[in-house]
Amino acid sequence: MIARSLTELAQALAAKEISSVELTQLYLDRIARHNPQINAFVSLDAERSLAQARAADARRAAGDAGPLTGIPLAQKDIFCAKGWRTTCGSKMLGNFVSPYDATVIEKFDAAGAVNLGKTNMDEFAMGSSNETSFFGPVRNPWDTARVPGGSSGGSAAAVAALLAPAATGTDTGGSIRQPAALCNLTGLKPTYGVVSRYGMIAFASSLDQAGPMARSAEDCALLLNAMAGFDERDSTSLYRPREDYARALAAPACDQPLAGLRIGLPKEFFGDGCDPEVMGLVEAAIAEYRKLGAETVEISLPNMKLSVPAYYVIAPAEASSNLSRFDGVRYGHRAAEYANLDEMYSRSRAEGFGAEVKRRILIGAYVLSHGYYDAYYLQAQRIRRLIADDFVAAFRQCDVIMGPTSPGTAFKLGEKAADPVQMYLSDIYTIAVNLAGLPGMSLPCGFANGLPAGLQLIGNYFDEARLLDVAHRYQQATDWHRQRPAGLA
Amino acid sequence: MNQWEVVIGIETHVQLSTQSKIFSGASTAFGAAPNVQACAVDLALPGVLPVLNKGAVECAIRFGLAVGAQIAPKSVFARKNYFYPDLPKGYQISQFELPVVVGGGVAIQLGQGENAVEKIVELTRAHLEEDAGKSLHEDFHGKSGIDLNRAGTPLLEIVTEPVMRSSAEAVAYARALHALVRWIGICDGNMQEGSFRCDANVSVRRPGQPFGTRREIKNLNSFRFMQQAIDYEVQWQIATIEDGGKIQQATVLFDPDSGETRAMRSKEDAHDYRYFPDPDLLPLVIDRDWVERTRATMPELPTAKRDRFVADYGLSAYDATALTAALEVADFYEAAVAVAGKASAKPCANWVTVDLAARLNKDGKDIGESPVSAAQLGGLVARIADNTISNNIAKKVFEALWNGEGSTADEIIEKQGLKQITDTGAIETLIDEVLAANAAMVAEFRAGKEKAFNALVGQAMKATKGKANPQQVNELLRKKLG
Repeated sequence: MIARSLTELAQALAAKEISSVELTQLYLDRIARHNPQINAFVSLDAERSLAQARAADARRAAGDAGPLTGIPLAQKDIFCAKGWRTTCGSKMLGNFVSPYDATVIEKFDAAGAVNLGKTNMDEFAMGSSNETSFFGPVRNPWDTARVPGGSSGGSAAAVAALLAPAATGTDTGGSIRQPAALCNLTGLKPTYGVVSRYGMIAFASSLDQAGPMARSAEDCALLLNAMAGFDERDSTSLYRPREDYARALAAPACDQPLAGLRIGLPKEFFGDGCDPEVMGLVEAAIAEYRKLGAETVEISLPNMKLSVPAYYVIAPAEASSNLSRFDGVRYGHRAAEYANLDEMYSRSRAEGFGAEVKRRILIGAYVLSHGYYDAYYLQAQRIRRLIADDFVAAFRQCDVIMGPTSPGTAFKLGEKAADPVQMYLSDIYTIAVNLAGLPGMSLPCGFANGLPAGLQLIGNYFDEARLLDVAHRYQQATDWHRQRPAGLA
Repeated sequence: MNQWEVVIGIETHVQLSTQSKIFSGASTAFGAAPNVQACAVDLALPGVLPVLNKGAVECAIRFGLAVGAQIAPKSVFARKNYFYPDLPKGYQISQFELPVVVGGGVAIQLGQGENAVEKIVELTRAHLEEDAGKSLHEDFHGKSGIDLNRAGTPLLEIVTEPVMRSSAEAVAYARALHALVRWIGICDGNMQEGSFRCDANVSVRRPGQPFGTRREIKNLNSFRFMQQAIDYEVQWQIATIEDGGKIQQATVLFDPDSGETRAMRSKEDAHDYRYFPDPDLLPLVIDRDWVERTRATMPELPTAKRDRFVADYGLSAYDATALTAALEVADFYEAAVAVAGKASAKPCANWVTVDLAARLNKDGKDIGESPVSAAQLGGLVARIADNTISNNIAKKVFEALWNGEGSTADEIIEKQGLKQITDTGAIETLIDEVLAANAAMVAEFRAGKEKAFNALVGQAMKATKGKANPQQVNELLRKKLG
């Protein structure tokens, strides 16, 4: 039961094979057993979860069930959920119980899904290994000496360890795709503006986007159907007609389902810098795509090499301002002792934030300072435009872009923690997608030394349905995504 | 003093009279219990986002149109970053590089009567931003309280060029701006409640020299304080320079009790606000359509109305200016003229600016609360014009209307028998009686004492309880005595 897809779970619930209360309890029990080792969840509230499950069962009994009714989902602890402690992985919000729901939470509640618990994450989503969390690192279920990736590391580990059927993540520079790759999951970062950011604690407002993390493209499509949609409370949310992201997936499997599909292979993705074994797996996946009927074209994203430096100006700049509200005045951590107002601020923030968050606030404040703004922030914005233009040009030659998600497999805890630049470079293939606002996916494409590797798919704006279809056809032909880590009975 | 030139520029924070806040749905009503009008967005809870209130933009467009400014087709909201307990997000959403209103000017009247001259105070810009909350430093035993009801209230910050040359000009500008924002309905103008707050940038220089270093007097919330503060500041700056000192750029506060300005912070502790475009808000795009739709709802502006009053009603510029000081006054006046007739436009102006104004002032009422309506006043003036009553009797009728003794001037004239006596025969009979009863006065007059004539007129008027036409009484008396 615990390894079933969302569609299969929905069928089991519909067939009364299991109730939502039983299913929820099943996962809660697994969490109780394995979470102490994996540390994927930071907040659990069995009472609340089971109450939601009971409501879902009642709703199903009343004949009012949708595809997600009664299905337990793990929520990244970046989403405010009413009555739930919402920490964003930080001591700063260690005592913050949200009085309101994020739009994403509201939508899942409306769909009848069960909130199984809040998942661990890098503090304020700043990190690529989940090691910056105030609540301790998350361990990769494939090798508990290794990181699950980040910042949505708790969500990734929870789904990989079968502690939840699926989870939400957020992706500012790769935070859904990279942990999905490192934990053998399918993850989707939608086009910027498709999923409302209301109630999702902001890291870098112009880059943050929420999306699903699951075991298949099919499951991702079901989740995105629930998450997406215009929200008048988010001015950057885009008004678009509703669409069914699963619409293409129902077509029957056939020999060459992707005939005519043009896959762009950026030469910048296939040069140095990637683990050769991972690269081999990516190339094998692309060969599989050719078998499915797709053709490949070499393309170029000439400004891609500038994406990491541009990102590490823009994201910290926005973060330095977004995190100013955590001042100890109205909620959150406040220092126990202080002599005056300045000291209350400085002590509360010094105590409440971890080292990586402080580093980015400092960088952000610096690049926005008088006299540096033009040289850093404006320049980075110009680069951002060039990168987006590169993609626009590329999509004249191809329908989707493919390459590795991450330059390597899961690294050991502590391996890169002391070297921020090495850590930043682990998002080298994902960051440009956020800068351009495009949709991107990661899907399992094999194992190197027993560790999962991810294939990245990048689509044109609003091409989520096509991305999901392209991923789904690969998953029909392969079974990498069905592999489970051993040793978590 | 003569060899110093004063240079003043003014920044005004105008609280816009929208129902809800600029980036949230919370109410903007004044006077609620602390923090009850602060929603999740105003409290800056984690994860909340701003959504722009169109009504605030509408106010900015109205202002831009009223001052002949350019309405920017695209403007950008920016974050002004600084820490303060009453600033919940740690930044204020404002506009920086691209404001919504650019340029324009406000006409001010300098001097009175024949010597009045008009000057245009050019505006640099006007931009939309949110207000902060309030820090309350009393009643908390050494701690401070925070009230976030005001946080997020929409403001239009209006910035002038440094073109004013005296405190009188500064006050004239502030008054004109105050009247204008109320006129176009974007601000209630309540200075006690902080709806209209001015900062004055003041410097002095030798004529022809570059600008001197300025000091900014913050939060002037009355015209009187503005005048006093600027006058004090100018004297202080001149004295400082003449004593060999230098002016340091600073922010100062005016203390009404001591009448002095005091430095609050110097340039050294000036913040680096680290402005950058707010990524939570899209650029504000205002198309021509929106501007034209707004233009169609604009009232006739004060200067246009003033010019029309002069041209159409033959009023003096002085009267026309007085009548266009506030839209309610101008509307009242025109409604009165509509009833009294255009020929009575001038007496209507006198009644509104003198008699009515004095009576309202006596009772502490606004023109909107006047017990005498415009139609009633117009009806009264019409009876003066057609000689039904004299000006003196009219004052009685006005008072009766004020006290609700009748619903129209005609009704009161009728009921109280105040109609002017114009029948020559009747007046002649009356004069004969007065002459007979006052032989001594007649003798004095004949002996050359002109004063006695006036006394006789008075006797005649008294005999008619003032209802005789004074002109007529005068003429007939002269004839009889001549």
